[in-house]
Amino acid sequence: MAKVSSLKNMVATLSVITLVSSALLGGVYALTKGPIEVAMTAKTNSAIASVSPEFDNDPSSQIISVDYMGKSYKAYPAKMGDKIVGYAIESYASGFGGRISIMVGFGIEGVIKSISVLSHTETPGLGDKIETSKSNFSVQFQGKNPNEFKMVVKKDGGDVDAITASTITSRAYCDAVTTAWEVFKLCVEQTEKQGGE
Amino acid sequence: MSRLALISRGVIKENPVFVLLLGMCPTLGTTTSAINGMGMGIATTFVLIMSNMAISSISGLIPNKVRIPSYIVVIAAFVTILQLLMQAYTPGLYETLGLFIPLIVVNCIVLGRAEAFASKSGVMDSAADGVGIGIGFTLSLTVLGAVRELLGSASIFGVKLINSDGMLVFILAPGAFIALGYLLVIFNKFKSRIS
Repeated sequence: MAKVSSLKNMVATLSVITLVSSALLGGVYALTKGPIEVAMTAKTNSAIASVSPEFDNDPSSQIISVDYMGKSYKAYPAKMGDKIVGYAIESYASGFGGRISIMVGFGIEGVIKSISVLSHTETPGLGDKIETSKSNFSVQFQGKNPNEFKMVVKKDGGDVDAITASTITSRAYCDAVTTAWEVFKLCVEQTEKQGGE
Repeated sequence: MSRLALISRGVIKENPVFVLLLGMCPTLGTTTSAINGMGMGIATTFVLIMSNMAISSISGLIPNKVRIPSYIVVIAAFVTILQLLMQAYTPGLYETLGLFIPLIVVNCIVLGRAEAFASKSGVMDSAADGVGIGIGFTLSLTVLGAVRELLGSASIFGVKLINSDGMLVFILAPGAFIALGYLLVIFNKFKSRIS
């Protein structure tokens, strides 16, 4: 069975094992790199398509980077012909179990079209109700204009019905939507400036 | 012991969850629904079989004092390979289980089987042991997940049974311990009757 250990054979064994493992991992990484990227882009694209107004361009190739409160956010312009009809904004906030990433679609007039959750680590069965497939929580934002709809949970004096027993998650979700709204306003400002030049 | 006996031993007599009580962290963490438990079980089974076979074939060459770090490197490599493959080819499943996949490295069942069985047995026997323990782990996690899902969200495998939210506590950590405790009693009662 096991050999007697000496410094030489211990060092040699560990070196060989780590070398072989890293070579193997490198190989698999190279093999899966392409498909993983494809899967990620497909996910972003389907999220954009599900939240933004109808478009005929390729939003994921025209990303606008927007800085807001010292952080960088991605905005995907949805265009019909040459006209921008809306934006899909990728936004995030800290929830109960970690970062919640969402994609918020705005029509150009500033109305929330739809929201889709990209990733989160909230408690399954509780906080994960922010996913559209699990509950109607996100539906209440649809068609709302954040100028008139106070995006704060009712407990804190806003208009949002929080998820039962997941107030922290609901608050974070509202924060993320609010951030997206601010980023959206910056986007519109930017394009208006460009249009005026 | 025949290979078939090796497999069945992993399911009943040495069931990793209900008898050996190993790997409690993924057991309690992932079983919020039946499908999550099953996915975790299958992923662990893959790692178990691969690492058992790899370790039994190299164990003769490893000096005694560095065997644990060597085993861990082998296991971690397989887990990372699994993670990359899932991310690339089953993004949907990766989304639900992704968080828990790295936890397989620290699952004591995998290291436990490497140390207690694979390092002293042949490659095929170790593979059979991996299959048996893997099936035992998968079944236990699925049952535990199903019980918690049923009580906690009134659904099973994602299908809503009655229009109710269920008892929240069973989705949370305390419910995991309570459900596991009762299942332990039932399983051991059943096991002592057949043996």
